[in-house]
Amino acid sequence: MRRQQQPSSGSAPGPALRAHVEITRPGERTFRLAVDLAAEPGSVVAILGPNGAGKTTLLRAIAGLSRLDAGRIQLGDSVIEDPAAGVRLPAAARSIGVVFQDYRLFPTMTVRDNVAFAARSRGASKNSSRESADQWLSRFEMTAFADRRPSQLSGGQAQRIALLRALAREPALLLLDEPLAALDASIRGVTRDELRSYVASFAGPTLLVTHDPLDALLLADRVVVIENGRVTQEADPATIASQPATAYIAGLSGLNHYRGRADRAHGSVVLDGGGRLVPASLPTDPGEVLVALAPSAITVHTERPPAGSARNTWPGTVRSVQQLGDRVRLDVIAEPSALVDVTAAAVAQLHLAPGSSVWLSAKATEVTAYSAS
Amino acid sequence: MTIPATSPARPGTIRGDEAALGRGPWQLRLPAAIAAAFLVLPLLALLVRVPWSTLPHLLTEPIVGEALRLSLICASAAAGLSMLFGIPLAWVLAHASGPLVNLLRALVTVPLVLPPVVGGVALLAAFGRRGVLGRPLDDLFGITLPFTPIAVVLAETFVALPFLVLTVEGAFRTLDSGYAEAAATLGASRWFTFRTVVLPLLAPAVLAGSVLAWARALGEFGATITFAGNSPGRTQTMPLAVYLAMERDPDAAIALSLILLLVCVLVLLLLRGRWLTGAAR
Repeated sequence: MRRQQQPSSGSAPGPALRAHVEITRPGERTFRLAVDLAAEPGSVVAILGPNGAGKTTLLRAIAGLSRLDAGRIQLGDSVIEDPAAGVRLPAAARSIGVVFQDYRLFPTMTVRDNVAFAARSRGASKNSSRESADQWLSRFEMTAFADRRPSQLSGGQAQRIALLRALAREPALLLLDEPLAALDASIRGVTRDELRSYVASFAGPTLLVTHDPLDALLLADRVVVIENGRVTQEADPATIASQPATAYIAGLSGLNHYRGRADRAHGSVVLDGGGRLVPASLPTDPGEVLVALAPSAITVHTERPPAGSARNTWPGTVRSVQQLGDRVRLDVIAEPSALVDVTAAAVAQLHLAPGSSVWLSAKATEVTAYSAS
Repeated sequence: MTIPATSPARPGTIRGDEAALGRGPWQLRLPAAIAAAFLVLPLLALLVRVPWSTLPHLLTEPIVGEALRLSLICASAAAGLSMLFGIPLAWVLAHASGPLVNLLRALVTVPLVLPPVVGGVALLAAFGRRGVLGRPLDDLFGITLPFTPIAVVLAETFVALPFLVLTVEGAFRTLDSGYAEAAATLGASRWFTFRTVVLPLLAPAVLAGSVLAWARALGEFGATITFAGNSPGRTQTMPLAVYLAMERDPDAAIALSLILLLVCVLVLLLLRGRWLTGAAR
């Protein structure tokens, strides 16, 4: 193979993305998106949030498929949209590759012509664009599918071709909109691994929109959480998982999540919803304190546990008992209320049922307190 | 409604009842049969009345060949013009909005319901020697359209164009705009996207619309005879030849009709599969 004709891989660093996006959608309930976003070359930034949070709107705005009402999008040194300055590059003129949630492979073309499309639209001849498409296909070991129609591909194959087609455009920025959402759960894991290796070879920044925390935790270097049009937390995946800033984020990793104020005299946090918890350590910053506590770190007792075993003990009433995989999850009303994971054997031994009075305990080392800001 | 005492309990009766529901009440089946017969019987009668013995002689008359050739050429030209100008018009109707567009859409459908003779008169008013456009055409360029083969094509296009426009407009409306967005993110211009992505997706609708337009053009009578006249070899299409033959020689008229019928059936058979799948999409 001729070396210089190889599609360029991730050697040269691409440009960074700097975006401030404001979009207002009037309607019955006016929706307002106002988000700051930065992504460095070679990094993967996950945009995580519940449905309707504005994730896809943000992605479409960056791609040039929706207009900004205000803000500014900069890719490297070039401003691609700035309504105040009257700058707006159309989608076709932005060097941005997009993988759509439903892939949008052109059904009337073969896989090869889909991959060749970007080169064709730049004016390359049919033959040379097909040749370079074949090189992309062979590089990603998809040559066997070149002559197929998109309708003859499985979900995972279609996803790979969609990614390949976007990469063949040789974009400066890659946008992935829920790339795994359309796949069966059974193949999602394998496809996620492939996606990670493909994206790793991409030199520019990658934005990954997802509502699946696993995608964000496994694929991203940084996670930006958007709720109701606002960024509610921006951090590395480990911090997102262990120190959630909102109840939504805590729910993603299944943590109990509380807000409160530090009571430094007693080394505890007085919780807004009632009760107090003694954490391993208190954050040094003044102001609001968040507390995270894993359901599996809480122990259930039918009688008050002896003093000294755990720093935190408090009584409550079981509201519901629910099978959750190989665990049983108790919803306990108390101060503070908590989700508690126990084994099925424990439920039987302790005769736990809705209405049961219980005592909860948690070691201080299991209670994480951190600053809200 | 009374329920027969024996009707429940037997499982077999459930399927039987469903079949009876599928057949429908006789109050529907009888008129349905009449309607079907009304559509089929005249065509059968035509076949029965064909003078098979003299058919070869009738069909080899030069006037028949000329009329058939003219009909096929003009109908195909009309269908081609309808595609060339109708697809862009369909795009505008599907993508623009506002009172002007609604008015335009209403105007496009007028030729569908307008008596074709009126269409012919209107075409004369526009393109006739002393017409609104015809007079300057004549004065400046010495071009006269009425009573020429071009007038035949114009008359047929006038009645055929709406069929194509409405069919393709519907397809534009239901077309997933996601493909055009994907093309844009791949760097394609709007025109390149239209040619390489949108048009191939619309192919079934364009095919269906142009077959409808072609069939309508092939059968055009009123507008043609009014605007283009009836001169054999020049503007006399098959329907005109059939009508004229009816006066002199009914056998010849039936023979000519048979040809038109065969051409139509042939085209429908050739396109049936693709047309039906296109309409079902």
